[in-house]
Amino acid sequence: MTDLSMPQTQTRSQSNTSKIALRWLLYVLLGLFALYYLMPLFVMLTTSLKSLEEIRTGSLISLPREVSLDAWKTAWSGACTGIQCEGLRPYFWNSVLIAVPAVFLSTLIGALNGYVVAQWRFKGANIIFSLMLFGCFIPFQVVLLPMARLLGMMGIAGTIPGLIFVHVIYGLGFTTLFFRNYYVTIPSELTKAARVDGAGFMRIFWSIFLPLSLPIIVVTVIWQFTQIWNDFLFGVSFSQAGTQPVTVALNNIVNSTTGVKEYNVDMAAAIIAGLPTLLVYVVAGKYFIRGLTAGSVKG
Amino acid sequence: MAPILDINKLYKNYGATEILKDINISIEPGDFLVLVGPSGCGKSTLLNCIAGLEEITGGTLSIGGNDMTHVSPKDRDIAMVFQSYALYPTMSVAKNITFGMKVRGVDQATMDAKLKDVASLLQIEPLLNRRPSQLSGGQRQRVAMGRALVRDPKLFLFDEPLSNLDAKLRVEMRTEIKKLHQTLDASIVYVTHDQIEAMTLATKIVVLKGGIVQQIGTPAEIYNNPANLFVADFMGSPAMNLIPAQASNNGSGTQISIARETGETLVLNDARDLSLPQDVILGLRPEDIAEAGFRAGAGVQEATCMVDMVEPAGADTYVVSELGGKQVTARLHAETSAQAGQMLNLAFDMSKVSYFAQETGERLN
Amino acid sequence: MSEWLENHLPKVVLAPSFIAVLIFVYGFIGWTAWVSLTRSKLLPKYEIHGFIQYERLFDSPRWDTAINNLYIFGALFIVIAMVLGLLLAILLDQKIRVEGAIRTIYLYPMALSMIVTGTAWKWILNPGLGIESMVQGWGFPNFEFDWLVNPDYAIYTIVIAAIWQSSGFVMALFLAGLRSVDGEIIKAAQVDGIPTWRIYTAIIIPSMAPIFLSAFIVLAHLAIKSFDLVIALTGGGPGYATDLPATYMYAMAFSRGDIGQAASSAMIMMLVVFAIVVPYLYSELRAKND
Repeated sequence: MTDLSMPQTQTRSQSNTSKIALRWLLYVLLGLFALYYLMPLFVMLTTSLKSLEEIRTGSLISLPREVSLDAWKTAWSGACTGIQCEGLRPYFWNSVLIAVPAVFLSTLIGALNGYVVAQWRFKGANIIFSLMLFGCFIPFQVVLLPMARLLGMMGIAGTIPGLIFVHVIYGLGFTTLFFRNYYVTIPSELTKAARVDGAGFMRIFWSIFLPLSLPIIVVTVIWQFTQIWNDFLFGVSFSQAGTQPVTVALNNIVNSTTGVKEYNVDMAAAIIAGLPTLLVYVVAGKYFIRGLTAGSVKG
Repeated sequence: MAPILDINKLYKNYGATEILKDINISIEPGDFLVLVGPSGCGKSTLLNCIAGLEEITGGTLSIGGNDMTHVSPKDRDIAMVFQSYALYPTMSVAKNITFGMKVRGVDQATMDAKLKDVASLLQIEPLLNRRPSQLSGGQRQRVAMGRALVRDPKLFLFDEPLSNLDAKLRVEMRTEIKKLHQTLDASIVYVTHDQIEAMTLATKIVVLKGGIVQQIGTPAEIYNNPANLFVADFMGSPAMNLIPAQASNNGSGTQISIARETGETLVLNDARDLSLPQDVILGLRPEDIAEAGFRAGAGVQEATCMVDMVEPAGADTYVVSELGGKQVTARLHAETSAQAGQMLNLAFDMSKVSYFAQETGERLN
Repeated sequence: MSEWLENHLPKVVLAPSFIAVLIFVYGFIGWTAWVSLTRSKLLPKYEIHGFIQYERLFDSPRWDTAINNLYIFGALFIVIAMVLGLLLAILLDQKIRVEGAIRTIYLYPMALSMIVTGTAWKWILNPGLGIESMVQGWGFPNFEFDWLVNPDYAIYTIVIAAIWQSSGFVMALFLAGLRSVDGEIIKAAQVDGIPTWRIYTAIIIPSMAPIFLSAFIVLAHLAIKSFDLVIALTGGGPGYATDLPATYMYAMAFSRGDIGQAASSAMIMMLVVFAIVVPYLYSELRAKND
């Protein structure tokens, strides 16, 4: 914002000097904050590249004297998550196996739901939508116990399909909301025109709405992927040895009490667990932010 | 011949609210029916009911002699043009036009041939591979019409198709639609809130207000013999002058007295022998009040009035004077010497007067 | 039949999701509410015994700690994250040349799992090797920073990590809000000679009231649900000094085999969330229907 209101008694050079000083202050402040946000990532990265010896003797923020990838190797394939010592690798793949189908299904169902709620309003559709919306906000603790029992009864307790099921169910509120808010901006005349043209419910969705939906699909997929990949509560509650997602495994590695504490391995493991979502953020940050704001500001 | 569209005792409710009440309309093949009224009068809802996009609450509706009351839109043999054009944004112009045929499984050769015909008729051949977002408003309008024309339906439905265009383009497209109607001899139902559009296009006008039909008739009937005060006020621009007056029978005809704020009561004589109540509203269009000497005829009566305002409008000059507590507009020729604040001799064509009841607003003569 | 299906397809498509929400959200809440009124221990029992679980809950010193921690954590987290977020948004709103890059840096923690964040800060705050030893190494041998293992201060380490994770997101919300203020109003104020800081305090910030509300709702919601961060950073310790309702509920449900306590604590959490969210959602939905 330019300041048009400099009092006229001030000479131009005076106001310019103070303006430049203010600008500098501004950039210094912004830079300091950037350092604050980057510092933990920097510390994680440097620690993961140091030897345990160097960690004990050196400073937290010093660069590694000797870069070593041993910690990364251990974190990926050798670190102990309790009794097993296979590293993060199997759990990383568990997370992929959970996230991919859960994201796909919840996005697809959310798209259809949003399409119905926004374009095919029928009596009660708004009430159904409101009920689904409230479902987004419950603390999941309140469904943890009955869900554990239900998964047991269905015979999928502690399995990957069980976790996929849970993530799809509790992701539906948000995916429906995303698509509903997007489709509501598309004029209903489009649906009417297609109906007069002879197209039915699915044909209109497939030929007209789906091709329009790329931006919101990207937002939803990123949102769901981040949510599911970063989930810990469902992962720790509904998995068993062998089916745990990467977040649970990471926590187990860090908090395992056997042997010497290997901070470099912890940090490498943390980066590995955080890498997929971080990558998504760097590649598609715009859509990530859109999802965040859409998920919080109901509009 | 059977009417192409026959609407019988149609009702439409949303919950407890009545949107349309007892609508009865019938048009012949080749008719251009315009549904006109202020926003919220139910005209678009009625069109959606004809299209089958809205279920009707009561009554029947037939198209081309077949009962269509509960038939879905795709089986009604209709085509529709929307206010926002509703072009499919991800499809090219060609795909937009042929989508309906594709859905219905028409073979490629027929589709290509029909597309070619319509494209040349509307002169949109160069646009066929573009996306709707790459078109101007007028081009989108043409494509939307092309999508309807290619279907060759029994009945065309137009929902305020020109209201998103700028003034100049609107006049051009209006002419073009009229030309298309004449060349194709199509049956059309057309919704608009613009009474000029209604007058220029229609062979038959339905004036709606609050979900109730106010009047059905040809443009001339509606304009010259409005059925009530609402129609009189709504159709025509500038609007018909509606002046409170006293009527009395003077033996050979009707004597009309109009109170004036300044000066004596204006007394005019209508040669027609009408049995009117004492309190009436007198309706006279601006063009039926002229400068004295410029209008002749049996019903013309002259009187001197105070000019309050002069509004030159190019081809005409409008003069405003206070009569019966209303601002009354007269349409004078462009070179008039009338000046605000001066007296002017005006000619009232009493043979053109409509009378309305003060209580009900219904037409009396 | 196919005609009927075509006409009712929208309802048919929505029905499974609706039924799922009815069962898995509302039905499950009902189940938890029911069980919270029983004497369930390791296995659920369905015989109602009134509010004994809630009485036990409010008599429990551990729950007392959890609620106190929620107050401290919630209040500090929400206030600091909002102030910091607003400050960053205003700083970034000054036509900054590298705005995109800076925004990316401020916001990236939001993409990370709370477990990753907790792991990182656990290391940074490690008394023997983290910040404490770093500052001691700089020549301040008496410097002490042992919050992570100090029962009186451990809860503040959670505040620190949570703010690092979420303040960038609050910044993004506020920045969007600042940008959505009508530019003509700002121009009018500038022409009137109102100084920039006054334009912010008197015009822009008051017009962002809905954004403040949204940010508050989101942060409060995050605070009440906080679970992963505590587990990763302190594990609820030392002792149970950093327990929050969410970790209390989890401990009761899965390690202590006290389903009744787990259910009643979950119900309290839900009531707190609903007390905050329901009026907000209600007003939002109503505003939209008008």
